[in-house]
Amino acid sequence: MKKVYAREEYCLGCKLCEVYCVTSHSESKDVVKAHKMEEITPRVIVESTGEVSFALQCRHCDDAPCTKACITGALQKDPETGIVGYNQEKCVGCWTCIMTCPYGAIKRDEYGRSIISKCDLCIETGEPVCVVNCPNNALVFIDLAEKQGEGVEEQDKLVKEQGGCRD
Amino acid sequence: MALSYKNPEFLIERDYDKCINCRVCERQCANEAHYYDEDLDKMMAIDKNCVNCHRCVTLCPTDALRIRKYPLEFKENYNWTGEMINNIYKQAETGGVLLTGMGNPTKKKIYWDHLLLNASQVTNPSIDPLREPMELKTFLGRKPERLEFDQEGNITNLPPQIELETPIMFSAMSFGSISLNACKSLARAASEMGIMYNTGEGGLHQELYQYGANTIVQVASGRFGVHQEYLDAGAAIEIKIGQGAKPGIGGHLPGEKVGEEVSRTRMIPKGTDALSPAPHHDIYSIEDLRQLIYALKEATDYEKPVSVKISAVHNVAAIASGIATAGADIIAIDGYRGGTGAAPTMIRDNVGIPIELALAAVDSRLREEGLRNQVSLVIGGSIRNSADIVKAIALGADAVYIGSAALIALGCHMCQKCYTGKCNWGIATQRPDLVKRLNPEIGTERLKNLIRGWSHEIKEMLGGMGINAIESLRGNRLMLRGIDLNEKELEILGIKHAGE
Amino acid sequence: MRRIPEEKIMSGCAISGILDRKGRRFSGEEIIKSIALMHDRSNGLGGGFAAYGIYPEYKEQYAIHMFYDDLQAKEEVEDFLERHFMISLAEEIPTRKVKAITNSPLIWRYFVLPDQHKLEQANLSEDDYVARCVFKINDQYRGAFVVSSGKNMGVFKGVGYPEDIGEFYQLEQYEAYLWTAHGRFPTNTPGWWGGAHPFTLLDWSIVHNGEISSYGANKRYIEMFGYKCTMMTDTEVITYLFDLLLRKHKLPLELVVKAVAAPLWSEIDRMGEKEKKIASGIRAVYGSTLLNGPFSIILGHKNGFVALNDRIKLRPLVCAEDGERLYVASEESAIREICPEPEKVWAPRGGEPVIGLLEGSSEEWL
Repeated sequence: MKKVYAREEYCLGCKLCEVYCVTSHSESKDVVKAHKMEEITPRVIVESTGEVSFALQCRHCDDAPCTKACITGALQKDPETGIVGYNQEKCVGCWTCIMTCPYGAIKRDEYGRSIISKCDLCIETGEPVCVVNCPNNALVFIDLAEKQGEGVEEQDKLVKEQGGCRD
Repeated sequence: MALSYKNPEFLIERDYDKCINCRVCERQCANEAHYYDEDLDKMMAIDKNCVNCHRCVTLCPTDALRIRKYPLEFKENYNWTGEMINNIYKQAETGGVLLTGMGNPTKKKIYWDHLLLNASQVTNPSIDPLREPMELKTFLGRKPERLEFDQEGNITNLPPQIELETPIMFSAMSFGSISLNACKSLARAASEMGIMYNTGEGGLHQELYQYGANTIVQVASGRFGVHQEYLDAGAAIEIKIGQGAKPGIGGHLPGEKVGEEVSRTRMIPKGTDALSPAPHHDIYSIEDLRQLIYALKEATDYEKPVSVKISAVHNVAAIASGIATAGADIIAIDGYRGGTGAAPTMIRDNVGIPIELALAAVDSRLREEGLRNQVSLVIGGSIRNSADIVKAIALGADAVYIGSAALIALGCHMCQKCYTGKCNWGIATQRPDLVKRLNPEIGTERLKNLIRGWSHEIKEMLGGMGINAIESLRGNRLMLRGIDLNEKELEILGIKHAGE
Repeated sequence: MRRIPEEKIMSGCAISGILDRKGRRFSGEEIIKSIALMHDRSNGLGGGFAAYGIYPEYKEQYAIHMFYDDLQAKEEVEDFLERHFMISLAEEIPTRKVKAITNSPLIWRYFVLPDQHKLEQANLSEDDYVARCVFKINDQYRGAFVVSSGKNMGVFKGVGYPEDIGEFYQLEQYEAYLWTAHGRFPTNTPGWWGGAHPFTLLDWSIVHNGEISSYGANKRYIEMFGYKCTMMTDTEVITYLFDLLLRKHKLPLELVVKAVAAPLWSEIDRMGEKEKKIASGIRAVYGSTLLNGPFSIILGHKNGFVALNDRIKLRPLVCAEDGERLYVASEESAIREICPEPEKVWAPRGGEPVIGLLEGSSEEWL
């Protein structure tokens, strides 16, 4: 499946991906209103230390541990699209998923609600807005399997060529 | 020292209705002109730190930022302008030389803008480049006066040439003065577009050897990074005598820019200043230049053209003629508006002559002496658009070097602070966090687009003149007319006035 | 004649040429008829003819055709000629009164050989010596113009329609094995006799239809080799380019064509390795000789002619063959007018030379 890969060497750490993620998941879809009038937690997390930075979002793992850990069934992997979906209505805010996620790609709501925030690959708009708006092409949205044959080694090589890290 | 008298150059205006406190501006400003004040829960600015590079403005997601010239007027004075006064404040505080970057920005006549091009009407047809072939291929190198052939009819006396798909090359910009990502962008774009880029005096980074067929390797007065493998790697070798932005002086790469990679590439200790002497200490006259030219030809088995780059100075025509007879295959002339990573302001703005006049004088002189065919003529020093290129070729150039224009394509906003090493666009810097801002994939595409766009425009202009090959424009000064030029200027340029 | 224009002359035109490959000579009537048919392609501001083989009795001597504004110019040039040549015959070229032809200059011809002493002093070949003298007269003698300077050939030209010029010069009286003709349509009106075609140097003559947009580049190139372009016409510069490449650089005709009407790079890319090297070498070295812009030309020579179009054929050129005769003209009708049923008629492609050679002469032109 197509996933978002980070290319650390080109990440500016500007966090525009977060800004656009918030806007895209807002009611207003307006960058100013989304930030000033709505309470939205970005679903992408920019990790940075010194000159190293990269954007991290849910890897939509094949065998997603969060879906197994979720006590209410709020996290489910769609067998068709492969997207690990999140149903806010079902979530009780137990944070078990956060503890199980091997990537630290799930975070708590920043406004104190008992919900989480995680990447949905912008299923509504199609193309992830973080990728579309990254000023330095430090995020790519590709299907590694489609790009070449099978084989873990080849995939690793490809991800490395793309400058990303493999999930 | 006590209070600084320097005033800010720019004013940062923020529209707080739009500002969302995302802090992108803060994170992107290497000059630390923006900060977030927690108590006020507001983004704030330190105007005096701003260099007006537009990085924050370009990345601001809500267009909340505007940079203005600082609205502080001195009492009106044509002689003692604010710039003059501020320069004195600066020097009175530091006792140093005024430093600057990029090309001469002063208000002197730009001759390109006083030249007009011709087009066909009725008596001969203009040619439509979308429907007809339009050829820009250019060869640089020494041409014999006449070709000779052996028994089988093969050419026996053609010296090595470099072949350009379009008469544009990226000028010498060293790894050190610009980032490795900038170098990679230039190298890849040159190789994909069939043109050349130039290493400058920075040596050749290991990762760039693969682009050797599109590389001109430079040998300058500091001889940094020059070794056999380096000479062998390039398609041509350029001896740098002078640079338009700083004729008569050497170069200085401060130690803080000499990191691991620069150190290895230049073959100098990490952290040491890289000082290029003002003259080559083995060239004190023209006969010494001849020796170096032939030493380099010997070293590379006469397989590569050797170029000599000089800055346009008063007697440039005579110097160029000397260089031609000294054995150079290409003469590169850099005009007084040529860019630089760092130069003393007084030198950049006051030494040298306009490239248009230098080019016209050199081309005419070489023709008078029957030498023009023997050397190729490349000019640079503020080629700003494709029309400048067409005019340069009509005046007599074989090809042009573009430096500033290439950097602008990469994102340079001409803030002229290259010498600080804090280029927010990842170009004139070695700071890893800034270097990574220039993604060479994007850089390569942008440069390729520029070359492609300009080449299209050149073809349109050629077609308009009824010409379908660039060689028919070369030195074809009948295609030019002057406007607002006096008799002397027209005479030097070898053109007629518009209406004549 | 009166004045040499100061800016480049632009013109459109008609051209025509007839060669008898066996060298049999025929009168000027046919060529006049042919060029007259294309009356509308010229505007009465210039017409002319080159004729090869017309002076068999003086065939070893250079035939210098001259225009003079006045007697003073004539005296001065004759003084120069006497100092530099041995003159066998000096005579006025016979003309007849034609209503349409006015303001003719004094028209003279001289059959000469270089002064041996001067020639040795100059250390030049005979041809170079003559060429240099021609340049000198055209450059330095006001009111005088060398119309042609080859052996056993001559050029007859002036201001007027070509058929009137032919009548004026009584060309029906001359017999040549090669005739070329030109009718001119200049867009400015210099009314200058020297500006009419053909243009010549030594045995070369050129009639040309078109405008060379590369003129400025060609001119500045050729001037590096000691040629002086004083006439401000494309035709002059073309003549000199051929003279340089063929006579001085001794390039075979086939390669000269590859320089002046160079194959496109896309064609060169498809060539074999060896051919490609030669073609790109020619373009690299002789790029400044590329004639760019629309043209069709007939380059006349004592051994025959070459007709050539620009490489993308922006001007008309048609050829025909009939027996020993080879015809070339701007329009097919101009050929059919004098040879109604030729054996073969074709339009050569852009950049593809049509070479007509006198029987017995080799491709080596010189």
